[in-house]
Amino acid sequence: MKRNISVLIMLTALLIAAAATLFGQDIQAWISGASGKPALAVVDFRASGPASGFMSAFNSTLWNDLQNSGLFEMRPKSMYPLNNPQRPEDIRPEDNHQGYALADWSGAPVNASHLAFGYAAAQNGVFVLYGYVDDARQANAQSAQLLGQRYAQDLNEEGAIKAAHAFANDIIQKFGGNGSLLGSRIYFISDRTGTNEVWAMDWDGGNQKQLTHLRAKPPGSLYPAVSPDGTRVAFTSYAYGTPRIMMVDTLSGRILPFYNQEASLNATPSFTPDSKQIYYASTAAGLAQIYVASVNGQGFRRVSFRDAIEMEPKVNPKNPNILLFVSGPGNQQIYQMSSNGADIHRVTNGEGEAANPSWNPDGQHIAFSWTRGYATGNFNVFVMDIGSRQFVQLTSGAGRNENPVWAPDGRHLVFMSTRAGRHQIYTMLADGTQVKQLTTQGTNRFPVWGVQ
Amino acid sequence: MRNYLPLRLWSARWALALLLIVAVFAAGCHKKPPVQPPPAPAPTAPPPAPPPAQPTVMEFSAEPSSIERGQSAILRWSVSNATDISIDNGVGTVPASGNRRVIPSDTTTYTLRATGPGGNITATATVTVTAPAPPPPPPPTENKGTLESRIQSDLKDAYFDYDSNNIRGDARTALTTDAEALKRIFADFPNATIMIEGNCDERGSAEYNLGLGDRRASAAKDFLVSQGVPADKLKTISYGKERPVCTESNESCWQRNRHDHFSAGQ
Repeated sequence: MKRNISVLIMLTALLIAAAATLFGQDIQAWISGASGKPALAVVDFRASGPASGFMSAFNSTLWNDLQNSGLFEMRPKSMYPLNNPQRPEDIRPEDNHQGYALADWSGAPVNASHLAFGYAAAQNGVFVLYGYVDDARQANAQSAQLLGQRYAQDLNEEGAIKAAHAFANDIIQKFGGNGSLLGSRIYFISDRTGTNEVWAMDWDGGNQKQLTHLRAKPPGSLYPAVSPDGTRVAFTSYAYGTPRIMMVDTLSGRILPFYNQEASLNATPSFTPDSKQIYYASTAAGLAQIYVASVNGQGFRRVSFRDAIEMEPKVNPKNPNILLFVSGPGNQQIYQMSSNGADIHRVTNGEGEAANPSWNPDGQHIAFSWTRGYATGNFNVFVMDIGSRQFVQLTSGAGRNENPVWAPDGRHLVFMSTRAGRHQIYTMLADGTQVKQLTTQGTNRFPVWGVQ
Repeated sequence: MRNYLPLRLWSARWALALLLIVAVFAAGCHKKPPVQPPPAPAPTAPPPAPPPAQPTVMEFSAEPSSIERGQSAILRWSVSNATDISIDNGVGTVPASGNRRVIPSDTTTYTLRATGPGGNITATATVTVTAPAPPPPPPPTENKGTLESRIQSDLKDAYFDYDSNNIRGDARTALTTDAEALKRIFADFPNATIMIEGNCDERGSAEYNLGLGDRRASAAKDFLVSQGVPADKLKTISYGKERPVCTESNESCWQRNRHDHFSAGQ
């Protein structure tokens, strides 16, 4: 009898595990967020007096931030009822489908799971915003409220936009996102001044600024990496002859010291999650192998000891003992190893050629470039669940699509593509939708996404 | 009728005439000594010595008469009636006949001088020296060109298969020639270093190709060092796929880009 029970328990556990593999971990569901993507209705916020002139900018900013997050299924405003609540007190148990009852929003035709509402006012020369999010499926208005927050900004359009970004950011975090992309920066390599230099731009392509002015002979500077704290960009440069690692302060553009060991190349740096160490590839002992050093290049030590080319080391953001890298010989593939060089095994399945692994902030998913299903050299962006090895292809056929890197929000990707001719930088959602081209001037490559 | 005269009478008449001629002759030359007959030679005396003979050069030749620089020719001579025989241009005194191997560096006319009691005589033989067929190239120092021009004209690129750093057959041939050319370049430019630039085609990822290009450059360096080129004169750099020589997406262009190229080191 006792034995029968334990067998039953084991069988149940196995079934649950199988179900989790089949449904819970499905990569397709993960990238689309289909497993519980909130259906969000966002009313038009209103204001009286001096604040009212800024509400058009406020409403479009809030809507765009929420839509761009990729976290929500945005319910179209054309379906909203007549009455739009502004204050929590406006919510009543029943409004005969006119809009003051949560059921008016959760039912057809809106079919929203959540409702964002609120209002703004000018108080003592300050733009003050009151923002709320309710679970529209709840019967009780009090227990329905998920978020209620007050925001104060300058009384002008810029202040109104800032308030919208801040409110959107709070909503996104409330729903498990890693905040909005607001304030995040994309670093990349551009040759628009004639030589390849490190550039920076806002997450939406705005405010493009040259960060380095090294004027190195071609190929100049390449392969940037941004520290997780956003303060530094490490890159590979030919400024002093053979390729070596250099470091630049993201705020000042000042070159920071980095000690390069004697080698024909030191290249493809990346940071550890604490921003205190650098993994990179060096030919100090012959073939390109993985090394780790402190953030100024000192105290380097060799990590791997193999008869193979090893480039692009990338540390898992949740577990600094796990490292991905790209290796030959033969067709290049993505490999994993421990940070002590042990437990080396291949991650991609050996098909085609794979490159450019980028960890999602969750430490469980990667984006990468792969030629699987295409001719040699025709890379596309893929996303893989590192545990189950399930993968999904995000781009297809339109030029070369390479160097995908996750945004800090874990929902967006930046990548480079030749779909419009020369290499340009694009962003998209993790499900491959909302593709946006951010650069047009010159050739722009090797994007990375930093928190600031 | 004449036969009729007696012989005695005819002789007398001639004797009379002869006397008459002598008398007349004597009358014209009063103090003339009497003619005496020459003394007879001694019957046992040796024959007088003949005059000494001139030296004679029976042979003086060079064989072959035309050589390439660095080769040798044989001088042959045979002289008679000489006591002292010498040949100039460093050959010196020689016996009456013999031969001597000479290696003139330029066209040379050898003069043989033979001296004997009968006089002296000279004879000449010329060895024509031509430049050798493949002249050892680097002699004129003023014509060595610039380091860059020599790299461009003397060194051949090595080509590779896709995603490979193996030195295949054609690369081995090119690098074998390059090794000798590099030795000459370093002889002419003792302070020079040469950079081996590893390059890849556009297909692999940029980062991986950086490592592959480095491996291609060091594979060529290893081969050149094995051919006797000093290792400390060779540096390597990888350009990955950042410096294509062509940009078409076809195999002939890709092959051109999968190569090691040489440049002057810094």
